Amino acid sequence: MNLDELYQTVILDHAQRPRNYGELPQATAFAEGNNPSCGDEVTVYVKLDANGEKIEDIKFKGAGCAISQASTSLMTVKLKGKTVAEASKFEKTFHDMMTAVTLPEYPQGFGDLQILEGVRKFPQRVKCATLGWNALKQALGGNSSHDPVTSENE
Amino acid sequence: MINAEQLRNDFPILHQQVNGRPLVYLDNAATTQKPLSVIETLDHYYRKDNSNVHRGLHELSNRATEAYEHARRRTAQFINAASADEIVFTRGTTEGINLVANSWAFDNLKPGDEILLTEVEHHSNLVPWQLLAQRKGLKLRFVPALANGESLDLAALDSLLAPPVKLFAFVHISNTLGLINDAKQFCALAKSRGITTLIDAAQSSGHRPLDVRDLDCDFLVFSGHKMAGPTGIGILYGRAELLEKMSPWHGGGEMIAAANYESSTYKPAPHKFEAGTPNIADAIGLGAAMDYLDKIGRDNIAKHDMELAAYAYEKLSQLDFLRILGPKTNRAGLITFVMDGVHAHDVVEIANTYGVALRGGHHCNQPLMKKLGTPASARASFYLYNTKTEVDRLAEVLHKIKEYFTR
Ligand SMILES: Cc1ncc(COP(=O)(O)O)c(C=O)c1O
Repeated sequence: MNLDELYQTVILDHAQRPRNYGELPQATAFAEGNNPSCGDEVTVYVKLDANGEKIEDIKFKGAGCAISQASTSLMTVKLKGKTVAEASKFEKTFHDMMTAVTLPEYPQGFGDLQILEGVRKFPQRVKCATLGWNALKQALGGNSSHDPVTSENE
Repeated sequence: MINAEQLRNDFPILHQQVNGRPLVYLDNAATTQKPLSVIETLDHYYRKDNSNVHRGLHELSNRATEAYEHARRRTAQFINAASADEIVFTRGTTEGINLVANSWAFDNLKPGDEILLTEVEHHSNLVPWQLLAQRKGLKLRFVPALANGESLDLAALDSLLAPPVKLFAFVHISNTLGLINDAKQFCALAKSRGITTLIDAAQSSGHRPLDVRDLDCDFLVFSGHKMAGPTGIGILYGRAELLEKMSPWHGGGEMIAAANYESSTYKPAPHKFEAGTPNIADAIGLGAAMDYLDKIGRDNIAKHDMELAAYAYEKLSQLDFLRILGPKTNRAGLITFVMDGVHAHDVVEIANTYGVALRGGHHCNQPLMKKLGTPASARASFYLYNTKTEVDRLAEVLHKIKEYFTR
């Protein structure tokens, strides 16, 4: 087993120095993700443009393992400035990259999100990688609430 | 004294490599490994004696019944119960507690009554009481844990142990903190105030001598798999006077004296609590585990485990990037810690690549972890086959993990 597939330098870097970290007072939507059995928590905030089509800003806040925090940090970097449609597509691709029997085709611009592909070899950790994305899906789905979503059933 | 190096030969599973390194198994509080004598007992039972109990008249059924009932007598002896009739076979600690909650407590507690627990209980000694409290209108109270889980607040215990508390259910040894409760003193105090007691002995039954008459408890529960025995089997001890009056929890075959379409009469305890075909093989296997532990001596095991825990405490205290939870002294055979800046799951994941098996998470102790200000911690727990060399290995690996994360 090669540990560096799980904890790549980029992942450790994002875990220790998360990007887009903090609350977003102008957020138009947010959602919480919580995996109680691990104690991983993230809250994802998004600010959409006036038409509700483009992610103008995105931030997150949370605590937990390196994988959950780095994955969410990488997600925010990738999605800032993307359209909601693109974000949803990436979300689906990311999910397939983690859990589908065969690897998905990576859409254009998916880029370094692929770094997390190695996590699929560690089934116990898949839920860590998908937590932030599940929260994002919930937020984009338009029902902001403090009822957390979980990824423990991946 | 124990010669752990030598005892390791009794445990085939320990002799393997994990990720290219010798396995260092330090997850014994979750479940212990099984000695050859237990494995062979199970093997023999299925090869030679397998049959249903209490109903057949043929040779195999007689043998199976005799071996199963022998395991019950063996258990009574193991915990010094007055009679084998005080021993109920269950699936484990969790089922034993649920049985007491759904039978004794359901029948005897009234709305407004209270159940006293402690803040360090395993979920299995918390959730059954929450379920019952909702159904019966009871209130749960908790003996607080003091700073960093070093002890319970004994002054608070003294004032909380009073009406309308009817039951005091507490853990003997905390699976998260390694805290050892003075079970005998707790029971004496409760008894003097007319309060019934239940001891969760999941972490003590395989680690030290247990004497229910000396402890003077009303109920005591434990699991076979945490004491060198098989999974799926456990023990509920109940004082005879209590068991006799308790109603059955599960209904079915084996537990009835006579059945009619409208109603049935039940066998006396313990059989009225064992509906359906029981876990015969594993009960017999548990008896073999008790033989194994007593051959080594439970006093010796206790000494060994606690020495390892003290040694681990001393070693790991020197690592300034760890916060250790639980008592500083008189620690049972485990050590739980939080690493600065590294989540417990990452610690456990990397330890695994070095062949070291730890536990990470909330250890079925979520409210306690919250109280201690950390959602997750990592735990190393020891048993009779662990050595100081393995503790050294643990310390070494923790160093490497910290380095890995700060590279
Ligand atoms: C203190 C304590 N109580 C109860 C249990 C539950 O035991 P089981 O899962 O075998 O029923 C455990 C085991 O995890 C434990 O450590």
